[in-house]
Amino acid sequence: MSTTTTTRTEAPAKPRTLVDMNWDPITRIVGSLGIYTKIDFNNKEVAECYSTSSIFRGYSIFMKGKDPRDAHFITSRICGICGDNHAVCATYAQNMAFGVRPPAMAEWITNLGEAAEYMFDHNIFQDNLVGVDFCEQMVKETNPSVWARAQQTDAPNADKHGYKKISDIMTALNPFTGEFYRETLHVSRYTREMFCLMEGRHVHPSTLYPGGVGTVPTVQLFTDYLVRLMRYCEFMKKVVPLHDDLFDFFYEALPGYEEVGRRRILLGCWGSYQDPNVCDYRYETMNEWGNAMYVTPGVVVDGELVTTDLVDIGLNIRILLGSSYYDDWDGAEQFVKQDPLGNPVDMKHPWNQTTIPRPQKRDFDGNYTWVMSPRWLDKRTGDHLALDTGGGAIARLWATALAGKVDIGYLKATGKSVKIYLPQTATKPEVEFEWKIPKWSNALERDRARTYFQAYSAAAALYFVEQALAELHAGRTKTWEPFKVPEEAIGCGFHEAVRGVLSHHVVIRDGKIANYHPYPPTPWNANPRDIYGTPGPYEDAVQGTPIFEENGPDNFKGIDIMRAVRSFDPCLPCGVHMYLGKGKVLETHHSPMFGAVK
Amino acid sequence: MAAEAVPYGRVTQKPPAVSDVHIVWITAGLGCDGDTVSITAATQPSLEDVILGAIPGLPKVHLHNPVVAYEVGDDFMKYWYQAEQGLIDPFVLVVEGSIPNEHLSGEGYWAALGNDPMTNQPIPTTEWIDRLAPKALAVVAIGTCATYGGIHAMAGNPTGCMGLMDYLGWDWKSKAGIPIVNVPGCPVQPDNFMETVLYLLYLAAGLAPMIPLDEAGRPTWLFGKTVHEGCDRGSYYEQGDFATEYGSPKCIVKLGCWGPVVNCNVPKRGWMAGIGGCPNVGGICIGCTMPGFPDKFMPFMDEPPGAKISSSAIGIYGAAIRAMRNLTNATVNKEPKWRHNRPVLTTGYQPPPQKKELPS
Repeated sequence: MSTTTTTRTEAPAKPRTLVDMNWDPITRIVGSLGIYTKIDFNNKEVAECYSTSSIFRGYSIFMKGKDPRDAHFITSRICGICGDNHAVCATYAQNMAFGVRPPAMAEWITNLGEAAEYMFDHNIFQDNLVGVDFCEQMVKETNPSVWARAQQTDAPNADKHGYKKISDIMTALNPFTGEFYRETLHVSRYTREMFCLMEGRHVHPSTLYPGGVGTVPTVQLFTDYLVRLMRYCEFMKKVVPLHDDLFDFFYEALPGYEEVGRRRILLGCWGSYQDPNVCDYRYETMNEWGNAMYVTPGVVVDGELVTTDLVDIGLNIRILLGSSYYDDWDGAEQFVKQDPLGNPVDMKHPWNQTTIPRPQKRDFDGNYTWVMSPRWLDKRTGDHLALDTGGGAIARLWATALAGKVDIGYLKATGKSVKIYLPQTATKPEVEFEWKIPKWSNALERDRARTYFQAYSAAAALYFVEQALAELHAGRTKTWEPFKVPEEAIGCGFHEAVRGVLSHHVVIRDGKIANYHPYPPTPWNANPRDIYGTPGPYEDAVQGTPIFEENGPDNFKGIDIMRAVRSFDPCLPCGVHMYLGKGKVLETHHSPMFGAVK
Repeated sequence: MAAEAVPYGRVTQKPPAVSDVHIVWITAGLGCDGDTVSITAATQPSLEDVILGAIPGLPKVHLHNPVVAYEVGDDFMKYWYQAEQGLIDPFVLVVEGSIPNEHLSGEGYWAALGNDPMTNQPIPTTEWIDRLAPKALAVVAIGTCATYGGIHAMAGNPTGCMGLMDYLGWDWKSKAGIPIVNVPGCPVQPDNFMETVLYLLYLAAGLAPMIPLDEAGRPTWLFGKTVHEGCDRGSYYEQGDFATEYGSPKCIVKLGCWGPVVNCNVPKRGWMAGIGGCPNVGGICIGCTMPGFPDKFMPFMDEPPGAKISSSAIGIYGAAIRAMRNLTNATVNKEPKWRHNRPVLTTGYQPPPQKKELPS
């Protein structure tokens, strides 16, 4: 059964004339991605879209037979911007497989490292990569009338961020010459210093191990972190209102902009930041400790929170083929028939996946990508849902808000919003931000959520510093717990990479890795049509996107498409972790029913 | 720069030997883009220092890297074609990611960049290297994947991938006579790379001699010493004092650290702004800068075989030295006994004898 991902079904007003428009490579993302579209300039709409990525590496193949303790060192290399998320997720899976519970101090240190990663990564992506799509130079080249309007529009929050007009914000975002662009680069550095304090090196950490960390907890360690964190808090008091102004302006200047990159609300979040008081890494208690995480795991369908149970989330992952350069593994070995709770484990689950690559010519009518199609089986309906992560932040905030569990002083999930409190900083008073569940899952709201999650992570880090210092002051400085690698075991780790859901699935036999499959966010977002014909999220989001750009076909930049695609924070090394691949996007339907997939 | 334009008629800058240098940066090897991300962390110099001309004597630098580029798609790829046609000369070619063996990919490909308009098929990364390397002023491999193959060239890999020197030849030289410059690291240490770029720009500007490289193509000033030689935990080793659990501040060689035999300056330099690193902050050195990485260092968390011998040998000497130092340390941790508040001076000061009054 497939998902209905109907986006827009109204008939085009004017006869379609489709023009091929391709961008390969898409820049200002991480990794290799090409977007191939057909644009209907008469109706100002994207009629078709294919996304493709062109690199394959083979992690799940070359990890077989290796020492399971090496998994986090190896899998970190999957991604060059959030490699540490992989390393952390791998240690979670190792901890489960090895039956080891790290000391609390190790968890606070890891949480602090990961918080710094979110603060850094969202920051550099938002304002040095995505931000360029909203900068003066770009807006002038694509929508001169919007630029003219921006020059006339006062920024409502000018007193908070210092830019009087919306156009001043856009100018500040110009690459390299823009003041805010350069400030953001600087911020991306001291946040990485915070990361290095906890995890040693960015982007492939040196101090993470199964059983804990090698970082030595000292007064100096946490002081060095905290002073930088407070600088970041001050920075966020400017950045959140700045982005609210910028994104609100686009809704106002271009009525209908909410349709850009919009798709059905199908969001996944696998949870982040362990609570060491609850988390023992046992599969049997995973629901309990998953719900204690400081970002709540959850699947959100049409605005409804379907589950927060990591056992339920994990067991219903399905890896489908359909348009990818692989052979099916139906006849291969089933590594895990039952989970430790006695639940059956499907042959299409990552624990049972066997990767059989078949390089071939690219054929947009057949196989055109190395990316497989991860889906989440909704037991209520039998649908294989093409969940997306929306670039991570929006799904995390949405699931956390609805679950209403997080309540740590600096953060409160209310059931319909998330409240974020930042204390007084050098020149600015205490503030409260509230991220409210938006009306749409679209490009601007994905981007807006990113900024709010930067503030969320800063607030969470304030709490983690307090917890770590309390351990330190009590003399509990042990950071690592010994373990033995078992002969036979299975494990799984659930985490949030910066741009969304991340899970690692390991099977150990004879003390070696018998099977290892990581599922990062970009396979979820960048995948092609599956065997049921359900398109992947990029395809779904870009198809039907209206065109607001003022340029015609001759000098068309595709800015609205770029904003739609970049809102997902594409990271193709993750997309093709084991087989860097190509994710295609949409398919052609010239009928009024285009976009509706049966 | 016109002399009249600067204060007091002084000339602060000489025009470089070439006015403009382009950097054409291929990230489409088998990699993770981690080296590109890494250089955005550099501050010595920073990316913007180089691009905005904040360092005297350099040519104007035009960077073409997909992660930070303003342009998209064909607008971005035009520089690749211009480089191929000699229209942006000179340019430095930077290659990131390991080079797959496309003899093994049949009609498909393992890694590609851009689209061939004639065939509507992707253009393999190897083809771009074939087209551009002969035209480049210098070719730089960034990160251990591009230099020596790295993690994706691990035993059992399906792509047969390799380092750039394995692909172009270890004796390969650019048209300017410069060998392949290798800056390894997984990822590359940010300042190590930017400093190498700076050197090459000075070279292009006629302000520096040929870049000094070792037999593995590495800048000698960056990779001439071992991790151990720059590690602040090396003194624990000297004293035969080894950590038995992660999280200890002592030498972690028995926990899998390969620092004594690995060429890398990270513990000395830190990861960024002097912060972070590997064994200096509790992370075992897994040899990520080395041609033998990763296979010759796995399993990472076991004690290196050679370390068993050397750490045992130093045990007796180190224990004796440590005992003696502890004694001396205890001594120098005590103040001299004459510092007190009793109504008597015990410092040993002797007032000079009173002057005898001369008989009148």
